[in-house]
Amino acid sequence: MNFKGRDIISIKDFSKAEINYILECSKKMVPYAKGEKYTNILKDRVLSSLFFEPSTRTRLSFESAMNRLGGRVIGFSDPSGTSQKKGESLADTIRMADAYSDVIVVRHPQEGAARLAAEFADVPVLNAGDGAGRHPTQCLLDLFTILTEKKKIEKNKIVLLGDLKYGRTVHSLAYALSLYGAELTFVSPGSLKMPKEVINECKELGVEPISTSNLEKAISDADVLYVTRIQKERFPDAEEYNRVVGIYKIDNGLLKHARKDLIVMHPLPRVTEIDPEVDKTPHALYFKQAFNGVPVRMALLSLISGGRL
Amino acid sequence: MRELKIQTIKNGSVIDHITAGNAVKVLHILGIPKTSSSTISVAMNVKSKFGKKDIVKVENRELDPQEVDKIALIAPKATINIIRDFEVAEKHKVKLPKEIIGIVRCSNPTCVSNFNEPVESRFIVIREDPPRIKCYFCEREPEDIAERII
Ligand SMILES: Nc1ncnc2c1ncn2[C@@H]1O[C@H](COP(=O)(O)OP(=O)(O)OP(=O)(O)O)[C@@H](O)[C@H]1O
Ligand SMILES: [Mg+2]
Ligand SMILES: [Zn+2]
Repeated sequence: MNFKGRDIISIKDFSKAEINYILECSKKMVPYAKGEKYTNILKDRVLSSLFFEPSTRTRLSFESAMNRLGGRVIGFSDPSGTSQKKGESLADTIRMADAYSDVIVVRHPQEGAARLAAEFADVPVLNAGDGAGRHPTQCLLDLFTILTEKKKIEKNKIVLLGDLKYGRTVHSLAYALSLYGAELTFVSPGSLKMPKEVINECKELGVEPISTSNLEKAISDADVLYVTRIQKERFPDAEEYNRVVGIYKIDNGLLKHARKDLIVMHPLPRVTEIDPEVDKTPHALYFKQAFNGVPVRMALLSLISGGRL
Repeated sequence: MRELKIQTIKNGSVIDHITAGNAVKVLHILGIPKTSSSTISVAMNVKSKFGKKDIVKVENRELDPQEVDKIALIAPKATINIIRDFEVAEKHKVKLPKEIIGIVRCSNPTCVSNFNEPVESRFIVIREDPPRIKCYFCEREPEDIAERII
């Protein structure tokens, strides 16, 4: 399989076989990501890391990934120090980065920004999140986390919880999990339900997702609980927000109803969705999930740059 | 017998079976009359076998069927008839191209194509009739295509 020169814009650009290949490569990257082994396969390559919007995990893990591969990183984490402020178009900024580097990572508040960036760059572009749009590397690291913990993705009972309407990660995750034939249950407040289009996509892939508001029941036989943040801005008043947040809070009391091997995932940052008391339990997988961003992004950077371990 | 003869033309083009009410938008998409000094007649809400339709007649100009295909976006059943010496010499049913460029504005206010970037709007056709398209950049599907013509 040849990924050299390819852009990573949307998970839907990849077949299941290609995703499997990326996940295999990610596995090989783990000891290098941990600093137990060293490699220089991207020596003297330069990554442009263009973050037009704040990010902690995505940016740090991309930059760590490039450094762990022996490459270098240029870029910015806040566009206020750039010509963007003077009204420069994204296209022009991308043209510059294309001239200064070998691969571009871009996070931008406008939907479709990464696709546009790829049009203006000859070097490969990696989408690190474009507005409420796509975030394929998050999706891949989520799949990688499920695969490493459960040894397979298919047939797992997976509960997606929280803001399923606006949440950027859950739509592509639902699609990708359906590619593998996972069993999906969607749990959300009534006003933040999974959009119909996403449910239809799952169905086209042969998965019949269950939608419910009963979290306790949903997790009773689940393998994976994927929690997302519910944003205050989505609610008309604070009272309603507090009520919803209270219902869907994950704590040890709730997890008594779950299987021992249930893993709890979260794309982070979490606010109040998961009580810190859960952190010490074997259910808590979100920090490991965040670490997995490094080997997955190492795999992607090396594949599209043509570097081999 | 011809179903309609409001205006008989010697040479030119007739766009027939336009979705009723969309004739003016069809002309707009084709950039007519700006690009042409031909006489143009428009008939709207004409009764036909399949309910109401609009018809456009352009005198002394043979429209290139491929150029007209994009009107399938708002008139998926339209036909282009090339008239020579009062007779229909060629007939072509419009067919949506795979991509629609620079004709429709994305309905997503936060789509990058709606900002100050050096790109034309671009849509991928996912179904022909009734037409369904999605934005190449943000993947959003506009529901009211006719209202989004630039
Ligand atoms: N000389 C002409 N001047 C103006 N309009 C014409 C002329 N000849 C044909 N038309 C119009 O062009 C369209 C196509 O003509 P045609 O004779 O092929 O009709 P038809 O058999 O009903 O075709 P269709 O099945 O496409 O409706 C009709 O709307 C007709 O009125
Ligand atoms: Mg007829
Ligand atoms: Zn768009």
